[in-house]
Amino acid sequence: MLDWPILSTVTFLPLIGVVLILLTSGKEESAARNARWVALWTTLFTFVISLFIWINFDNNTAAFQFVEKSSWLGNNINYHMGVDGISMLFIILTTFLMPLCILASWEAITVRVREYMIAFLVMECLMIGVFCALDMVLFYLFFEAGLIPMFLIIGIWGGGQRVYASFKFFLYTLIGSVLMLVAMITMYFIAGTTDIPTLINFSFDPHLQLWLWLAFFASFAVKVPMWPVHTWLPDAHVQAPTAGSVILAGVLLKMGGYGFLRFSIPMFPEGSEYFAPLVFALSVIAIIYTSLVALVQKDMKKLIAYSSVAHMGFITIGVFTFTQQGLEGGILQMISHGIVSGALFLCVGVVYDRLHTREISRYGGLVNRMPRYALIFLIFTMATIGLPGTSGFVGEFLILVGAYQVNTTVAFLATIGVILGAAYSLWLYRRVVFGELVKDDLKNIMDVGRREILIFTPLILVAFWIGIYPEPFMDVMHASVVNLMDQHETAMQASKTILNAAK
Amino acid sequence: MVLPDFSIALPEIFLACVAMALLMVGAFRGNKATSLISWLAVLSFIIAGLLVQFDGYSSVTTFDGLYRDDAYAVFMKTLCLGASAFAIIMSIDFNKREKLVRFEFPILIVIATLGMMVMISANDLMTMYMGIELMSLSLYVTAAFKRDSVRSTEAGLKYFVLGALSSGMLLYGVSLIYGFTGTTNFDVLAGLFTSGEEDAGIGLLIGMIFMIAGLAFKVSAVPFHMWAPDVYEGVPTPVTAFFAAAPKVAAIALFLRVFVTPFGELVEQWQQIIVFISIASMILGAFAAINQKNIKRLMAYSSIGHIGYALVGIAAGTEEGVRGVLIYMAIYVVMNIGTFACILSMRHRDGMVEDISELAGLSKTQPWMAFFFLIFMFSLAGIPPLAGFFGKFYIFIAAVNAGLIPLAVIGLVTSVVGAYYYLRIVKIMYFDDPAEGFEPTSRTQSIIMAAAGLFISFFVIFPGPLLDGAQAAAAVLFP
Repeated sequence: MLDWPILSTVTFLPLIGVVLILLTSGKEESAARNARWVALWTTLFTFVISLFIWINFDNNTAAFQFVEKSSWLGNNINYHMGVDGISMLFIILTTFLMPLCILASWEAITVRVREYMIAFLVMECLMIGVFCALDMVLFYLFFEAGLIPMFLIIGIWGGGQRVYASFKFFLYTLIGSVLMLVAMITMYFIAGTTDIPTLINFSFDPHLQLWLWLAFFASFAVKVPMWPVHTWLPDAHVQAPTAGSVILAGVLLKMGGYGFLRFSIPMFPEGSEYFAPLVFALSVIAIIYTSLVALVQKDMKKLIAYSSVAHMGFITIGVFTFTQQGLEGGILQMISHGIVSGALFLCVGVVYDRLHTREISRYGGLVNRMPRYALIFLIFTMATIGLPGTSGFVGEFLILVGAYQVNTTVAFLATIGVILGAAYSLWLYRRVVFGELVKDDLKNIMDVGRREILIFTPLILVAFWIGIYPEPFMDVMHASVVNLMDQHETAMQASKTILNAAK
Repeated sequence: MVLPDFSIALPEIFLACVAMALLMVGAFRGNKATSLISWLAVLSFIIAGLLVQFDGYSSVTTFDGLYRDDAYAVFMKTLCLGASAFAIIMSIDFNKREKLVRFEFPILIVIATLGMMVMISANDLMTMYMGIELMSLSLYVTAAFKRDSVRSTEAGLKYFVLGALSSGMLLYGVSLIYGFTGTTNFDVLAGLFTSGEEDAGIGLLIGMIFMIAGLAFKVSAVPFHMWAPDVYEGVPTPVTAFFAAAPKVAAIALFLRVFVTPFGELVEQWQQIIVFISIASMILGAFAAINQKNIKRLMAYSSIGHIGYALVGIAAGTEEGVRGVLIYMAIYVVMNIGTFACILSMRHRDGMVEDISELAGLSKTQPWMAFFFLIFMFSLAGIPPLAGFFGKFYIFIAAVNAGLIPLAVIGLVTSVVGAYYYLRIVKIMYFDDPAEGFEPTSRTQSIIMAAAGLFISFFVIFPGPLLDGAQAAAAVLFP
C-alpha cells in the first residue's frame, strides 16, 4: 500500500493541466500548440501514475484499497475514495484512453483548441472520480458533472446536428439521474449515511428495494444505454468529434455498467433478482434489434454506435446472471469494448479527417491506397466480432457461459446477436475497405501517418493481450467478484428464510 | 416607566438614521452627490452587517415582545444586507450610463432594506405588517424610478396596484387571526396551539389562507405570480437585480418565521396549501420560461421556479427543511447577483440589450463573461458540482424525510425541464456564431461576476461555514 493519497492525485492531476493551459497565453497559434502539448503530457503523466494503483493493488482481498476519507458535508456525508477489483480497471482504462484521445484530436481540432483541451482534462478528472468515489453524494457529483464538459464537447466541436444531439444527450441523462438522486436521498434517510461500503452491508426493506432498484435503473439504463432509452447514443456519437465518441463509448457507457455492479446488485439483492428477467429481456431485444438496425445504417459512426448498444446488451446480461463467469465476463467485456469500440471510432476518424464524410457509400477499395489502415481496421473488426485471440472473445464467451447456466433461452438469443454482429461488422469492412477503388477523391487518399500509428499501436497490443492472456485482468477482479456473489447469495438465503418463516 | 431595550434593534435604528442623513446630503448637494451617497449606503450596510453580528446570536425579544433577535435573524439579515449592497454597487455604473442619476435611488434601497430587517425580526403580526409595508412602498417607487419610460411606470403602477391588493389580503388575514385568537403576538399564538387551548377553527384557517396569499404574492409564487414577469421586464435592470434577491429573501424569511413559530403546530392545516403553491410554481417556472426571448423575463420565470423549490423546504415544516431553505436562499442570492452582473454587461455601443439572441457567440467575443454566465446557468439548473445543486439537494433531503416523496420527484423532474432553458442560453453563447460584440464589461461588474462565480464553483470544497450557519439559524426556530 502507498502512504500518499494516490486516488486523489490521479483524479485531480488533470486539473493541474487545466490550470497550466489557462496560464499559457499568446497568439492563437502558439496557444493552441501549447495547449495540445500540456494536455498530452498531463494525460500521459496521469496514466503513468495510475499504473501505480495497479502495481500496488492487492489481488487477494475484496476490501476497498487506497482508501481516503475526510469530512466534507458533515452528517455522515464524507469525502471517501477507494477502489476494489471491480473499479480499478476502469480507472486504468480511462487514463489509458485519454492520451490517445488527445493525440487523435491533434490535427482534427483547429478551433478553440485551448477550450477543447480544458474540456477533455476536466472530463478525465470527473470520469476517474466516478470510479473512485465511495460516497453516494460524491459519486453523484462526478457522475452528473461529467454532463457539462461532454455537452460542450458535442455542442461546440460536433457535426451539423450537434445542438440537437447535445441537448438530447444532456436531458436524457439528467432525467434518469434525478430519479437516482431521489433514491439516494431516500437511502440516506433510512440508513443515515451515504457511505457506499456501509450501504452495501445494509439491508433495505425488500419491498422498498424494488423502488430503489428502479430509480437507479432509470439512471444507469440511460447511461449504458439499454433499449428503449438508447436513442440518444447514435445521435451523440454521430455528432461528437472523434475523441468525444471514443470517450463516450470507451468510458461514459461503462459508468452505467459500473453503477449496476456498485449499487444495484450489492445494495438491492432482492430487487436485482426480481428484475433480472426484465434486464435479460431488454438486453436481448437490444442485442437483436440494434444489430438489425446496425445492418441498415448508411453512416459509419451510427453503425458502430448501434453496435455499442448491442455489445452493452451482452454486458448487462452477464452482470445480471450473478454467476462468476457472467460477472467477470461482463467486467472484462466492458474493458474490451472500451478499447475496441474506441479504436473503431478512431478508425472512422482517420478516414473522416481525410474526406470529411462518414457515409459508407462514399468509400470503397481503400485497401489499395491504405494497406496499413486496412490491417488496423481488420484487427478491430475481428475484435468486435469476438474472434478468438482478440479481447472481444474472452468477455463474450464468459458472458455466454454464465448466461447458459441461468437461462438457456437468453444464451441462445444472445448468440444470435453474435452472428448478427459478425454480419454487420464484416459487411461494413467489406464496403469500406474492399471492392474497386472507383471514386476519384479516394485515389489520392493517404495511408495512416506516424501519429496515427502511434495511437493505434497501444490499442492493438492491449486488444491482443486481453485476448491471449487475460489472467492479469481476471486476477484483479476475482476476489471482489466472488465477494459480490457471496453477498448476493447470503442476502437471497436470508430473504428465503424470512419468507419461509412467514409461511 | 421602563424604557425598552433599544440595543436589540440597533442595526435597524442605525439604518433609519443613515437613511435620513443621506436624504439630507442629497437634498443639499443634489444629484451630483449620487455616487457618494451610493457608496455611503454600501458602507452603512457593511456597518449594519457588523452590528447585526455583534448583536449576538442569543434569542431575545424587546418592545414588549414585538421584536425578536436570534441567530435566524442574524443569518437572514446578513443575506439581505449583502444582496442590497451588491444591488447598489451594480446600479452605480448603470445609472450613470443610462442618465438615471438620482440620489434617491440608493436611499430608497436603504429604506427598503430597513423594512426587510423589520420583517425578519418581527415577532408580532403588527411588526410584520409594518416591515412589509415599509419595504413594499420603497419598492413601488424604485420600480417606477425611470419615470420618463412608459415601460417602467407601467411596471411600477402594476406592481403597486397588485401589491396593495395583496397587502390588503394579508391584513385581512391578520385581522381574522386576531379576531379568532385574541392576540397578534407570535409567542402567545404558538403557546395557544401547543397547549391545545385553541383548535384550528374555520375562521383561523381562512385567516391563515389569506396570509399565505399575501406572502405568496411577495415571493411571487404561483398563483400570485402574474406581476413578476412584467415588472421584471419593465423596470431598469439594476432594480430587477434588486427585486430578484433581497426582497425575496426577506419574504421567505418571514414565511418561515410565521409558519414555523406561531403556526408550527398546525402544520397539517397549511402544508397542503404550500405543497400546491410549490408544485404550481415549479411547473410554471419550468415551462413558461422555455419560450421567453427577453432575458429579464426569463429570469422572472426562473425566480418563480426557484421560489417553488424553496417552498418545498417550507412545506416539509421541519428543522431540516428550514435549514435547506436557508442554504437554498443564500446560494440563490449569489447566483442571481452573478447572473444580473452578466445581464447588466449586455451593452452595445448604442445602449443596453435584453434579447437572449444578443448573447450569440459570446464565448468568442468575451470568453470570461461567457464562462461565468455558463457557471451561473448550470448552477441555476442545479447541476453538480456547482453550488445550485447543493441548494436543491438539502431541500429535497428535507422533503423526503418529511414523507413528501412525490413532491421531491415532481421537483426534480421540473428541474430537468428547467435545465432546458438554461442550456439554451449556454447553447446560444457557446454553439452559435458571434453576433455584434458587447462593450467591455465594467470593472465592478467583472469583479462581482468573478466573485459570485468563484463562490458557486468552489462551494463544493468549502461548504462548512454556510452549512453550519444555516444549521445554527434553523435550530433557533425549533426550541
